Amino acid sequence: MNAINAKKATGIGAAVPRKEDFRFITGNGHYTDDINRQGQAYACFVRSPHAHATIDEIDYASALAMPGVLCILTGKDVAADGLGGLICGWLVHSKDGSPMKTGAHPVLALSHVRYVGHQVAVVIAQTAAQARDAAEQINVTYGELASVTSVADAQAPDAPQVHAEAPRNTSFEWELGDKAATEAAFKNAAKIVSLDIANNRLIPNAMEPRAAIGEYDKGSGIYTLYTTSQNPHVARLVLSAFIGVAPENKLRVIAPDVGGGFGSKIFIYAEETVCVWASKKVGRPVKWVADRSESFVSDAHGRDHQTHAELALDATGKMLGLRVKTIANLGAHLQLFSASVPTYLYATLLSGQYDLPAIYCEVDGVLTHTAPVDAYRGAGRPEATYVIERLAETAAREMGMDPAEFRRRNFIRKFPHQTPVIMAYDTGDFEASLNAACQLIDYANFPARKAEAAARGQRRGIGFSTYIEACGIAPSAAIGTLGAGVGLWESAEVRVNPTGSVEVLTGAHSHGQGHETTFAQLVSDRLGIPMENVEIVHGDTDKVQFGMGTYGSRSGAVGMSAIQVALDKVIAKARKIAAHVLEAGEGDIIFEDGRFSVAGTDRGLAFAELALQAYTGHKFPTSEIEPGLKETSFYDPTNFTFPAGCHIAEVEIDPATGTVKVIKFVAVDDFGNIINPMIVEGQVHGGVAQGIGQALLENAVYDPDTGQLLTGSFMDYCMPRADDLPSFDVGMTVTPAPSNPLGIKGCGEAGAIGSPAAIINAITDALGIREIAMPVTPERAWRAANGL
Amino acid sequence: MTVVAMQVNGKQVSADVETRTLLVHYLRENLQLTGTHVGCDTSQCGACVVHVDGKAVKSCTILAVQAAGAEVRTIEGLADGDRLHPVQAAFKEHHGLQCGFCTPGMIMTAVDMLRRIPKPDETTIRHELEGNFCRCTGYHNIVKAIKAASEVI
Repeated sequence: MNAINAKKATGIGAAVPRKEDFRFITGNGHYTDDINRQGQAYACFVRSPHAHATIDEIDYASALAMPGVLCILTGKDVAADGLGGLICGWLVHSKDGSPMKTGAHPVLALSHVRYVGHQVAVVIAQTAAQARDAAEQINVTYGELASVTSVADAQAPDAPQVHAEAPRNTSFEWELGDKAATEAAFKNAAKIVSLDIANNRLIPNAMEPRAAIGEYDKGSGIYTLYTTSQNPHVARLVLSAFIGVAPENKLRVIAPDVGGGFGSKIFIYAEETVCVWASKKVGRPVKWVADRSESFVSDAHGRDHQTHAELALDATGKMLGLRVKTIANLGAHLQLFSASVPTYLYATLLSGQYDLPAIYCEVDGVLTHTAPVDAYRGAGRPEATYVIERLAETAAREMGMDPAEFRRRNFIRKFPHQTPVIMAYDTGDFEASLNAACQLIDYANFPARKAEAAARGQRRGIGFSTYIEACGIAPSAAIGTLGAGVGLWESAEVRVNPTGSVEVLTGAHSHGQGHETTFAQLVSDRLGIPMENVEIVHGDTDKVQFGMGTYGSRSGAVGMSAIQVALDKVIAKARKIAAHVLEAGEGDIIFEDGRFSVAGTDRGLAFAELALQAYTGHKFPTSEIEPGLKETSFYDPTNFTFPAGCHIAEVEIDPATGTVKVIKFVAVDDFGNIINPMIVEGQVHGGVAQGIGQALLENAVYDPDTGQLLTGSFMDYCMPRADDLPSFDVGMTVTPAPSNPLGIKGCGEAGAIGSPAAIINAITDALGIREIAMPVTPERAWRAANGL
Repeated sequence: MTVVAMQVNGKQVSADVETRTLLVHYLRENLQLTGTHVGCDTSQCGACVVHVDGKAVKSCTILAVQAAGAEVRTIEGLADGDRLHPVQAAFKEHHGLQCGFCTPGMIMTAVDMLRRIPKPDETTIRHELEGNFCRCTGYHNIVKAIKAASEVI
């Protein structure tokens, strides 16, 4: 790295304000709904009002005759055109070796609807209002059936079946770890701590609702899809290779400005598929924008686990073994990643930060008549952290140990460390984060604060969560053996222009992460050129050849590593050209601070001058060195990365009202090397807010009898607001990741991973109780505080 | 259909619209001012906040015809030519936005807040933001930005 950045105003490690902000703060963003295509028509979807029913008849004759209606399509039309179904891209196997079980997932429901909100038909009309008016006139005759929505009931012998292919609504019965070793550990335990834990169902609710515009050009046969996607290339691949809506080379997918994703915009849904497919049928571009109510019923939901977990310890509080049985709600259909989230992204983190010699985990993935459940910020790791950190805190209390001391007793201190659940942690310093967090929250003086609050009749509590997670998703061969259908490398093409400015084409996608700034910082730092001269191009399959997108906290660790390797290649070629231009040996060429010079002389070339030379090809043998300066890397990570840290929450509860106030929230995280601390802190803030939301406010609830989504709007689903949250205290420790060239671990999800356990540990501490269910609404806290 | 006329960002505009047209749709679709966003359908998220006769209004909850004759200002009309409003500048300086979707409404709410309460403390700022959701930032830097802007306005 360049010494010129010692002042850290720019380059790696600097808190550079974001390049992309101008368009957002002036109302000049281009989100999908802001885009309008000449002659576009509008789609409105008819959705099932029932959780489970047969589709007996769809009568749309009168709707078709309404003003402006161009076309009405149903599942029968999908079948007639031979479109493939919506896919799950990760195959997991049960204990008996059989593959996971599920039924077909057609683009529009054909014979059955399986959740409230399930897409049944689509009206395409001249205006959005006309489409909506016509949709209301469509008469669907349903044969209502009984439904089941909760994991607790789904496997009962008389439970209504979601898919005939999955008896007992069980898609898979999966396991990980060493059952025998774990049983032995429990036999020798001095103490066993047992908890029944629910991880409540959440709805991602990115502020921008999903939207799509499909377009077909008759002359060229080329389809274009504008979509609110975190991964436009994956969308293109799935739409062409699996759903078969267009050949891959005839399909352009553009994900323009996207207003948040959090995982919910990874998947390829019915709506954008229909927009592409229908655009050819109506001969007009077809635009669809979700209402928030539609988002609630049809965006992929998150979490929804029921777990029984037991921790075995010796008499000194050292962990000996962990056994876990989880029933995970998959919803009505398997979605793109959904089989992996409660299995390989969950159980592999159950060792936490601890030297835990024996672990055995069983996961039943069950289907229910609810919206599909898939990756939501943290995707499996918040669920794992919640289990192990609730157990750890409870064990500490029951054994009369200070929770920080208990962690110290059990921390892994030697790296690399092979856990019993596949993951091999390569580096870390867990005690450093714990100590720093304790300092930051002034843990030593908590007893005084607790007493002061008690004098006011308030109950204060403090709770720890020392989390680790696996991200920088992911080494391709490794996940291939675990059932993934894709590789999770990332691509970068660094194009140097003749005038010395640079474009970087990345397969990553920014929907809030600030890549246009952070990626430019890396390039600026390496090439010694100003950030204004660096453009980051993302989100268009016509521009970027292929990429895997942004999720799983991978854009830094994997996306930027690809850029780093491409930059290595650019600099290597540039040095060769510089040697010829400067008439020196390549070994005498120094590249520093944006300048190529000959060692021991004052002869040199600025980067921009070198670029021009590369493109004119006058001064080097073009038979040996091709003109131009453009290099590509497809970077495959060698391991997951392992961000880790310590979250500590301090809460105060009013026993008269049950109001839980988060007084202080401290997060000290080890994300390895950091490109832009301001952006990293912002990621922590956002993740922690979502984690506190899970712990105190949010819950996606289906009526157990009718399968209706009761929390179907912001009226009933409690989103965190500014006055629900404090300002956060964020610190960092650094152990660089050894598995990628930049030493980056990734930071996008950690806030949501560590925080729920910290909050619930603080609440149980405040109230002197053992357990409480999330979300801890005022009613729940009040009942617990008053023994009701 | 109704003819509705108003002033938007200092310009007189007029159009013949379906009477049921919401102000936000009039701004976005008739005037192509797409900076104002629709984030919900229950009037809670605040992505649609504009100023009508100097006051913050959720444009999803008012018909265009209800704004007839009013002075409407949207996010596009906040900067003075090249000069950002101090709230806009503060949002950039303090990383008060990530995906940017809530940002126009958040900024318009903040401008109105500071007009009514020139030096709000943190508790007041957070309370005043109850009608604006952000899913990305956790509000931490939004609060910081508004505090910073309050010091220079």
